[in-house]
Amino acid sequence: MTLPPLPDSAIDIAATAADWRAAVELCGAALTRSGATSAGYTGRMVQVIDEFGAYIVIAPGLALAHARPGPDVLREGLSVVTLAEPVVFGHPHNDPVSVLVGLAVKSSDEHVHSIAALANVFNDETVIPALAAAPDADAVRALLGVTA
Amino acid sequence: MKIVAICGAGVGTSGILKVNAERALGRLDIDADVTASDVAGVAVAAADAQVILTSPELVAHIGKTNADVVVINNYFDLEEITQKLDTALG
Repeated sequence: MTLPPLPDSAIDIAATAADWRAAVELCGAALTRSGATSAGYTGRMVQVIDEFGAYIVIAPGLALAHARPGPDVLREGLSVVTLAEPVVFGHPHNDPVSVLVGLAVKSSDEHVHSIAALANVFNDETVIPALAAAPDADAVRALLGVTA
Repeated sequence: MKIVAICGAGVGTSGILKVNAERALGRLDIDADVTASDVAGVAVAAADAQVILTSPELVAHIGKTNADVVVINNYFDLEEITQKLDTALG
């Protein structure tokens, strides 16, 4: 159960976003910057939320931005965006969001390992506030237990 | 027994829910088959399921079903998932 690497290019610390859409776009831009996706993936992550609502806000303060596998996923990838000011997604319980994790997978089989690893990390309830306050990329990687 | 975890895309969040539901079932010592599906496939995936696990945001998308719809607020809160599954299955 391992997470994909998280290079500096895939991490955005204390970013500014006007709304949830801008925050998800930052998350997608980080995935693209790190080489995991082409730009089209960002639009598909936004589209999932437009279609189904804020269900990707799966814990207080945390959004797991993702879309289905597709040709715009170049390799499995992870991105992390922390926000200087939390944004509201419209979730009945878990707003506002201060940490976004972006996930791109090439197949649903492949993603099983990443997902189990993510669950291991976030089942510790101290991790989300710690990520929100992380001062730099190294601190984010240490909290997630990933390499650059 | 069959349990279906659903999300909009069928990967990602439903996968988290599947993994943590399996952990909760382990705590409860209940043997069940947990699968992940997307909203579009829920009618087929949940046709013979006893429980559908999902987010409050997705309930309205599920449509008619004979399964118990169990809403999870915090996908990483094993206490919440365990307690709600215990209620639904107990």
